[in-house]
Amino acid sequence: MKKRRLSLESKRKINGYLFILPWLVGFIVFYVRSLFMTVEFSLSDLQMDVVNGGYNLTWVGLKNYIYAFTAHGSFKQILTSSVLNMVVDIPLIIFFSLFMALLLNRKFKGRTLVRAIFFLPVILNAEAILDAIESATAMVATGVSAASQEVAAESAGIGMAYYIDLFGSLMLPKSVLEYIVGATDRITSIISASGVQIVIFIAALQSIPSNLYEVAKMEGATAYETFWKVTLPMITPHIITNIVYTVVDSFVSSDVVTLAYNEAFTNYNYGLSSVFSLVSTLVTCGILLLICGTITKKSSFYN
Amino acid sequence: MLKTVTGFFRRHLAAMHSADTALNERYIITKSIKHFLSALFRVLVIVGICYTILAPVFGIIANSFFSNKDAYNPMVYLIPQQPTLERYQMAIDILNYLPTMANSLLYSLLLMLLQILICSMVGYGFARFKFPLKSLLFACVVITIVIPTHTIMLPLYMTFRMFDPFGLCTAIFGHPLSFMGTTTPMYILTLFGCGLRSGLYIYIFNQFFRGLPKEIEEAAFMDGAGTWYTYFRIMLPNATPAVITVAVFSMVWQYNDTFYAKLFLMPQSQSIGLRISSLVANIANQYQIMDKTIQNLYLDAGIVLMMLPVVLIYVFLQKYFIEGVERSGIVG
Repeated sequence: MKKRRLSLESKRKINGYLFILPWLVGFIVFYVRSLFMTVEFSLSDLQMDVVNGGYNLTWVGLKNYIYAFTAHGSFKQILTSSVLNMVVDIPLIIFFSLFMALLLNRKFKGRTLVRAIFFLPVILNAEAILDAIESATAMVATGVSAASQEVAAESAGIGMAYYIDLFGSLMLPKSVLEYIVGATDRITSIISASGVQIVIFIAALQSIPSNLYEVAKMEGATAYETFWKVTLPMITPHIITNIVYTVVDSFVSSDVVTLAYNEAFTNYNYGLSSVFSLVSTLVTCGILLLICGTITKKSSFYN
Repeated sequence: MLKTVTGFFRRHLAAMHSADTALNERYIITKSIKHFLSALFRVLVIVGICYTILAPVFGIIANSFFSNKDAYNPMVYLIPQQPTLERYQMAIDILNYLPTMANSLLYSLLLMLLQILICSMVGYGFARFKFPLKSLLFACVVITIVIPTHTIMLPLYMTFRMFDPFGLCTAIFGHPLSFMGTTTPMYILTLFGCGLRSGLYIYIFNQFFRGLPKEIEEAAFMDGAGTWYTYFRIMLPNATPAVITVAVFSMVWQYNDTFYAKLFLMPQSQSIGLRISSLVANIANQYQIMDKTIQNLYLDAGIVLMMLPVVLIYVFLQKYFIEGVERSGIVG
């Protein structure tokens, strides 16, 4: 009997599936199934079955959603403030990391060391360490003891108010000024949230072919023009990558997630917790789509 | 005013082309001043930001050596007058440091190896093979990056509380298995490419393999190597930058992670992060130290102990790592 041999192409097809098989199984068994389960939980009343170890679902329709949006004490506020924080932080982090990447991309002495330091916050991103760093920042700025804290706060307070006032007389709109002051206030958190973004931008800058710069130079473009006409268009796709990363990262550590976690594991209200998770995820995805859509539309010159 | 400014620039332009040495010299001087100013600006910004990053770390380290007296002495700033190792002694004792650290490191190391193996395989599959639905499936990989695990934490919890995929466990053991309180769920998730940030690693590997020249594989194929042989012996060794990147990321993030550890109720002996989060409560209960300032000194010592291995790994691999991130095309 003649054995039908597979063509090379179909052999490679099968091999391709074999390579991605572990992920495919995991994706279907754990991910897709879990997403459906979250939707199911959010539409039902879930009771843990202590005896058998399982759980019982009672269909309640939209009751959990209605409760979350009309009766729950803090969900709407926390969701709004988390989303607002995220939206406020995105431009700050993106601009800051782009700026730093441009700065670090030049050759200078001690560049390796500086890059290593900039990447340190990514390494120290454990919850406990972050909390400790926050309190240590205050300590280093003001000193440990209560007495010196008061002195430092007083002297710093007067100086800051004066300088802010100085900028206020520059006729800047008040909202802009407040935004900038708020940003400098949160400089530590912004720096520690932009480690990966800086590296992504550096990699992007290095992947720009150097002949583009040569052409720009030959044509007599200034550094300013080169940035707007060559550098920025070339790294636009990476700006999107960075925005996605920033949004996801800040969502993971936002208060909504904590709320959902506590609702499930301290209040044992699983249905409501699923509603929180689902709604906040949908809102985040919506924001992501909106931002990425706008940027791709605006940057149509990218080939 | 405007005229003088334009005149100024015109003169410098002329200086560039004319043979007038005096003007030329002036041009060179302004240029070097410009260079100096931009270098100064860069140094200032970099020093400032490095300070913001490093200062709290130094603060934590300094704090961990403070004695009770130092903590309340307003004159003491960063350098303790009566340094003590007592914080470390107690922190090591309460954290059960060495065994917990060994467990923690082993756990992250094993998961790291699994992540590298699985994610590189999947990334290679997506990068080099053509099969139906490929772009749709790769979009799914991106979706797993974008949608955070928190959305599916409850179903995951339920799944591993009564682990019974397709009724397999009931068929073999007669009843569903419960993996709560063990590290097994994490191993299972990672084995199937759904571990901590697996999507990101798959993406990194995919980008890297796509950047490698196809000729390497063709040569191997010509010499009679099979697909799997090519992958393990040719492609994976060539992917060292990507492997190092993923190794450091997954090792460190796994080590720092407390979310999954809490979700699957892992025992405290498995994760130093869990122990740190209960360190303050333990100190208050066991030793009746209720003063917040003093409690924080112990916490700082614990955190130094926790950071130590990660920072060491980072210092050793730092050079390869940052190069790896840049070369592995974490970007497209």
